[in-house]
Amino acid sequence: MSPVQSRDGLSDPVQIFDPAKRSMLLTALYIAQEQYGHLTPDAVERVADRLGLPVTQVYSMASFYSLYRTKPMGRYILQVCEGLSCHLVGGAESLVSYLRQKLGIEVGQTTKDGLFTLETVQCLASCGTSPAVRVNDALYENMTAEKVDELLETLRGYHV
Amino acid sequence: MFEPILTRNCSLPRSETIDVYMANGGYQALPKVLRECTPEQVIETVIASGLRGRGGAGFPAGRKWSFMPKDPQLEKYVCVNTDEGEPGTFKDRALVEKDPHQIIEGVIIASYAVGARRAFVYIRGEFFLGVKRWIKAIDDAYAKGFLGKNILGSNFSLDLSVHRGAGAYICGEETALIESLEGKRGEPRKKPPYPANVGLWGKPTLVHNVETLANVPHIINRGASWYASIGTPKSAGPKIFCVSGHVRNRGVFELPLGVSLREIIEEHAGGMAFDKKLKAVIPGGASTPMLTPEQVETPMAFETLEAAGSMLGTGAIIVMNEDTCMVDVARRLMRFFAHESCGRCVPCRIGTQRMLDILERLERGKAKAGDVACLEDLANGIRGRTFCPMGDAAVNPILSGLKLFREEYEYHVKHKRCATTAPPQTPSVA
Repeated sequence: MSPVQSRDGLSDPVQIFDPAKRSMLLTALYIAQEQYGHLTPDAVERVADRLGLPVTQVYSMASFYSLYRTKPMGRYILQVCEGLSCHLVGGAESLVSYLRQKLGIEVGQTTKDGLFTLETVQCLASCGTSPAVRVNDALYENMTAEKVDELLETLRGYHV
Repeated sequence: MFEPILTRNCSLPRSETIDVYMANGGYQALPKVLRECTPEQVIETVIASGLRGRGGAGFPAGRKWSFMPKDPQLEKYVCVNTDEGEPGTFKDRALVEKDPHQIIEGVIIASYAVGARRAFVYIRGEFFLGVKRWIKAIDDAYAKGFLGKNILGSNFSLDLSVHRGAGAYICGEETALIESLEGKRGEPRKKPPYPANVGLWGKPTLVHNVETLANVPHIINRGASWYASIGTPKSAGPKIFCVSGHVRNRGVFELPLGVSLREIIEEHAGGMAFDKKLKAVIPGGASTPMLTPEQVETPMAFETLEAAGSMLGTGAIIVMNEDTCMVDVARRLMRFFAHESCGRCVPCRIGTQRMLDILERLERGKAKAGDVACLEDLANGIRGRTFCPMGDAAVNPILSGLKLFREEYEYHVKHKRCATTAPPQTPSVA
């Protein structure tokens, strides 16, 4: 194993060597986000404390990178790709409007039950297999209305 | 018929595993290098092969290696750029998910050549499957003794680990990538000094795109002159082209550099979808100037595309048909660039937002007289005046769009609507 990587692939902020300490910030923010749901002031403070960094610097990282969330989000974040390639072949817009209708929310909003947040993104590198939607860490390609229905049902099934 | 080199294993079942890679000739270049070649010989071979960087800039790879200081006492690093995010580009994702060991073998050879004992994979945060594939592949390579201490009994040691980005296009720029690896905001550094002298933690650092490194084992196995015989004299080797937009078969096609744009679109991507007429092509990803139907015979190589007023970029070809509104295309690309501007320098941070405002006004039929001229002024004002190449990248779609399709912009101002009203084509979801 390489020195800064643990078995599960997530670097452990405790075992790191010094010049790389600050490098663990991105990973530490991912871990904190997973534990707290989003990067709450508490989460940011804990990361800052653990890595010996000023809170402002940790917060400036959280605000720079778009995968870090400083506001509460749904349990599942649905990111529909509406980049140029996806737009050209037409599926992106109809996928977004289908999801808006189906979930009863606008882009950027979260469903009342706190399960789903709908977002649009610019490129998921699925230009050859659009329409594409990323749900938390999983990517779904060549989406159709039926596949979306199935996916939402499966995800809801985990929370009844 | 061109025999695929980089993607030759990609259609095999379990192509991502070390067993399939080794059963198909993988990890044969590495022992050859460790036993038979000095680092200098490896660098010479790569220089002789003519390999150029595949991440967009096309800098000769071997020369980049030769810039690294030779002092063996000096700590040096190699970074693997898997931060693929240029709209239209999906080749690196395919390589990492389907054949990561090919890249790892390239990383080890490159590290040996430049004398690095530590290498890092920087991967785009969104590529979660890619992260998993990288980690598994690295673990397996350690288990077989291709990574770690005294690789294959030699006195060369190398550690490789994965660093996951968190959603920032700019981190694909090499100095921004280094900043992000150091745990900072991905804001590009001033060059010079170049990373070969002052890189990660102030040490000499070699940063390469995934596809560039994937070529290295093949160059070692089959020789520099074999490699140089593929492609054109100034653009050697195979290239993975990603074709998207209005074609019948979107996808990834590996072809020799120098293949014509027409051949890619018509023979490999199946031609125009719905037999519509071609209107424009973005040849190398969102940041490269557009080409017209008259330019389809242009060979897809660094020097020929430059002569045609564009760039090979990442080889991401976005094909647009006669029904495409070029103002809408510009607006969509500008949304991306405005969102991804790191905010460090004013022309890019403010300029992309102002250009987006004008493009949104044009699309909504709210544009004022003078808006098109203002858009052009802004674009010209940004070009060449930003800290990193992203400013130029952002204005390329505007300036080439205005050059080729100015009447469409004027039409939006005059008629408050689009000249091409046809809705996007199927496949429709709902």
